This record gives sequence, C-alpha cells and structure tokens, in this order.
Amino acid sequence: MSLLSGHGIDYLIDSIQILEAIDIRVDAGELVGLIGPNGAGKSSLLRLLTGVEACTQGEVRFDDQPLGQISAALRAQRMGYLVQGAMAYWPFRVEKVIELGRIPYQKWWQQVSSDDQKIVEEAMTKTETLAYRNRIVTTLSGGEQTLVMLARIFATQPDLIFADEPVAALDPYHQLHVMEILRSHATAKRAAIVVLHDLSLAARFCDRLYLLNHGRLHCSGSVSEVLTRENIAEVYGVDSHIVCNEKGVSVTSLSRISDHHP
Amino acid sequence: MNIKAIEASVLYGILLPVLLLVLVMAVNVGPVDIDLGKAIQDWLNDQTTIESLILFDIRLPRSLLAMLIGATLGLAGASLQGLLRNPLAEPGIIGVSNGAALGAVIVFYYGIAGIAWFLLPLGGLIGALVAMIIIFLLVGQNRSIITLILAGIAINAIGGAFIALALNFAESPYAMQEIVFWLLGSVSNRSVNELYIAMPFMLVGWGMMLYCGRFLNALTLGEETAKSMGFNVARMRLVLILGVTASVGAAVSVAGNIGFIGLVVPHLIRPFVAYEPRRLLLSSAITGAILLLIADIVVQILSDNGEMKLGVITALVGAPFFLFLILKSRNVLQ
Repeated sequence: MSLLSGHGIDYLIDSIQILEAIDIRVDAGELVGLIGPNGAGKSSLLRLLTGVEACTQGEVRFDDQPLGQISAALRAQRMGYLVQGAMAYWPFRVEKVIELGRIPYQKWWQQVSSDDQKIVEEAMTKTETLAYRNRIVTTLSGGEQTLVMLARIFATQPDLIFADEPVAALDPYHQLHVMEILRSHATAKRAAIVVLHDLSLAARFCDRLYLLNHGRLHCSGSVSEVLTRENIAEVYGVDSHIVCNEKGVSVTSLSRISDHHP
Repeated sequence: MNIKAIEASVLYGILLPVLLLVLVMAVNVGPVDIDLGKAIQDWLNDQTTIESLILFDIRLPRSLLAMLIGATLGLAGASLQGLLRNPLAEPGIIGVSNGAALGAVIVFYYGIAGIAWFLLPLGGLIGALVAMIIIFLLVGQNRSIITLILAGIAINAIGGAFIALALNFAESPYAMQEIVFWLLGSVSNRSVNELYIAMPFMLVGWGMMLYCGRFLNALTLGEETAKSMGFNVARMRLVLILGVTASVGAAVSVAGNIGFIGLVVPHLIRPFVAYEPRRLLLSSAITGAILLLIADIVVQILSDNGEMKLGVITALVGAPFFLFLILKSRNVLQ
C-alpha cells in the first residue's frame, strides 16, 4: 500500500491549466524525486499533495484515506513540508525556530513541554544543528538555515516529508548533507518526496523519479528509465552527457538544442 | 540587539507590579489632593463622601479606561505586526479607527451628543461596525494581505474625508472645536458608563487576538508553512482582524484617536520576548496599559488651565521615538 497517492490530478488557477492528469505515488521507505524544468508545475504538485491547496480534479490519498477527510491537525503531524527558500521572518534563536515544529501537537494555550524539548533536541542532533542552537537564525548561512528548517520538520516527527528544492543555492557539502538526511529519513514506514534541479543528485539519492513537463507527467520510473539522453533533450531542451558507473550516475548538460521551444 | 530575552515569569513579575504602581499613582493625581485610604474606607462603609466620590466616580473610571485602552492598543499593534510580519503596522492601519471617529463626529455634527451620554460612544461603535463589515467582506473573500492593507488605507481616507466635510460645515466655531478636541483623544471626564460600554467589546477582542498567538508563531515561517502546520490561514486572519476591530473600535469610540501606543509598544518589548509574536501579545498589552496611564498622569500634571489631550502627548513622544526606531532597526529586520 502506498503512503501517499494522487490520481488524475488536474489543477487550474484562473482557468489556466497548471497540472493535468497527474498520477503519482510514494511508497513507505522511498525517496521520490520530482524533476522538470522551471514552470513545469513541480511546486504546485507538491502543494496539492501536502493539502495546502486543493486539486481542481482528482484525488490525493494519504494512508489510503482521502486527504480532505484527515483532520488538519493530524495531517500537520504526519506530513512535514519544507517550502522553497524557507526562512524566518523574525530574528528567532535557532532553537526557537525548531520548537515551532511542535505546534501541530499543541492546543492554542499550550507552551513547549519538556517532552517537546527532548524531541527538539533529537531533531537538532539529527541535523547537526546543536552547535548553533543559540544563534539568531537570520544571521546563519544559507546552508545552515536549510538545516535548521529541516530540523523544524523533524521536530514534528512526520512520516512523510515534502521538500521543495531544499538544496538550491547550497554548496556541495551542504547539498550532500541535506540529501543524506532526507535519504536516512526515508526508511521503514517513512518516506520523502523532493523537488530537485540537480539531476546528478536526483540520480544519486532517489529511488524513483517523476519527470514533469508543461504540467503533465512526461515519464516516471527508476533513475535509469527516466534520466535518458532522449528524455532530457525533449523536456529540458539540452544535449547531455550521462555517465553511469560504480560511483553513481552523473548528468552533464552540454549545449542547448537550438530548435527547442520551452 | 544586546538586549537579552528574559523568562516569562521575570517579565510579568516586573510588568504587573509596575502596572499596579502606576495605577495607584494615576488615581492619586488630580486637581485636589485626597486621602486614598479614607476614600476606600468610606466606600467600604457605604458612605458617600467627597473622597469616595472623587476616587470611585471620577478617577478610577478614568484610569481604568486609560488602562484598558492602552492594553487594547498594545495588543492590537502586536497582533497586526505579527500578522503582517511587518514591524511598522499599527492598529489604525485596517481602517477601523477613522470609521469609529467618523461615527462619533457625525453625532457631534448634528449636535445630539449632549442629549444622552451614550450617543457619542454609540455613534463611534456604529462607525467601527460599518468599517468592520467592509473589512469582513474583503478579508472573508480570502484576498491577499496587501489588498487588506490598501483597503484599510482607503477606508481610513474615506473616514478622514467625511470628518473633513463635517469640520468644513460645522455650525459654529464651538462645534468645530468640540470635534477637534474629541478627535485628539482623551480619557478625561469619562465615567463608569463609558467603561461599561467599551469593556465587553474590548474583552471579546482581546480573547480573539490571544487565541491567535500560536498561529502568529507559525506565521514566522510564512503563510505557506503555517498552512502546512494545520492552520486555516484565511480563518485565523479573520479572527485576528475582527478581534482588532472590535477592541480598537470600542477604544476609539470612547476616547478618540490615540496614536503611537500600538506602533511603539511592541518594538519596546520584542527583544525581551526573543521576538516571539505569541509572547509579545500579553506583554505588549500590559506595557500599553502602563504607558497610557503614565501619559495620562503627565497630561494631568501639565494641565493647570486647559487640559492637554492624551493623544497629543502620545504623538509628541511617540513620533520621534518611531523615527529613532526606523533608523535603528533598518539593519536588524529585513
């Protein structure tokens, strides 16, 4: 049984078709990659799957229940959503930001309990953010901030994590760190779905990939099924060089294809 | 930025005794000196004496009103700054202040304010209600927050335009002076009646704003993240704005426009609560009450002949402080 599944998802904003006839599923233990060019509808799809927005047509099921029938609080406890370019608007201490992850478990009058504190501590350990727990989050580097935002999600202890371009604008060290954390989350009953632009990272860490183009699913499947030279040429409009050896898969874009119209 | 956040117990341990102290000082101030002990004793013995009359019919209602209004403005300012994630928001921004002021001005304009004591606050409340319905219709449609702010500015401008019209065609210079003085904002010569008429709206509004504390904390990570944390953002926003409208509308209805408390107080407190929007709410309410009480004490001390209005002193002190804040906070907040 899939942890999360979407069937025949259509999504329109002001009668403009953003997504059309998308079928997608995430099984327990999987790290699923969502790839595609800018404007393909990856972020929109993620928003629908998290329940932040509602589909125009089609259905999203979580744990074999329609998403709309699960209470907002329960949904917030079982799914964590790392938005694109996540940031804090007030200069909070790092630990305070991570404590926000406990909000889905608190009633409106409740404060952070000692149990919550323990879970926050674990989340900081998992993401190696303990060292700067007392720093002001807005003064951290981009990589450190991403780790803090990820720690906030771990403090919620979700089964399923959605991450929208979590490694964009990060250096290679932090890219690997974030992907490793997500990879280790996606075991046993838990899973994660990640939007990525770096195809080599997608190839390296994801179990399966969904390739989106113009709001439609171009193809899906294992890394070797999706990341072919033909698919990349057709969807991204670039000629690429794909190397596959014992150290993994790497995709290098060589040149733009001149007759490609995005 | 060197200010260290302090524990909630310490913060309230300081603020609440200060509030009590300032309240005692406030009821001690007036044109005549009275013996507070005797006044309380007479009142307890059910004896109506000059002292007990002055304390319980004149000074205490006035001071309690200043306290409630200060708390309302501090709380509403903290709420709106949290909602808009903008430290420059203030209670008047959503248009309710001028709505309430216009309602009261209409009562003045038709010269019926003197017929019954409740007509003036009632006019203010109706004005606030009309502004509130317009805001409700706008926010209820799940518009963006920018639309809301711009609509608030427009409602304020419309209220201001009609107030100008009323001043323009005021019957006599005396009527005009009455309107202008009222608009400046004051709690002098208010009785228990004003307290009773404004308090229910304020308390309900406070409850609604405090209920939104957890939501404001979640909003620190943006609306999208708040949604994913289980909040119905459109509904919470509505609850918060209705809370602001009810309490600020009531405050303006009985005391006119008192500026800068709602803008400045959250800034003063924010470093002490580690910038946490939820903890900012209650502490801003208490601090607002303290500051407005102090302002009212100053007003009474300065006023030997012709009283200086409360709104004038909050603006005189608040505006330069506001400028100072803008220059200082440029580097801290995005």
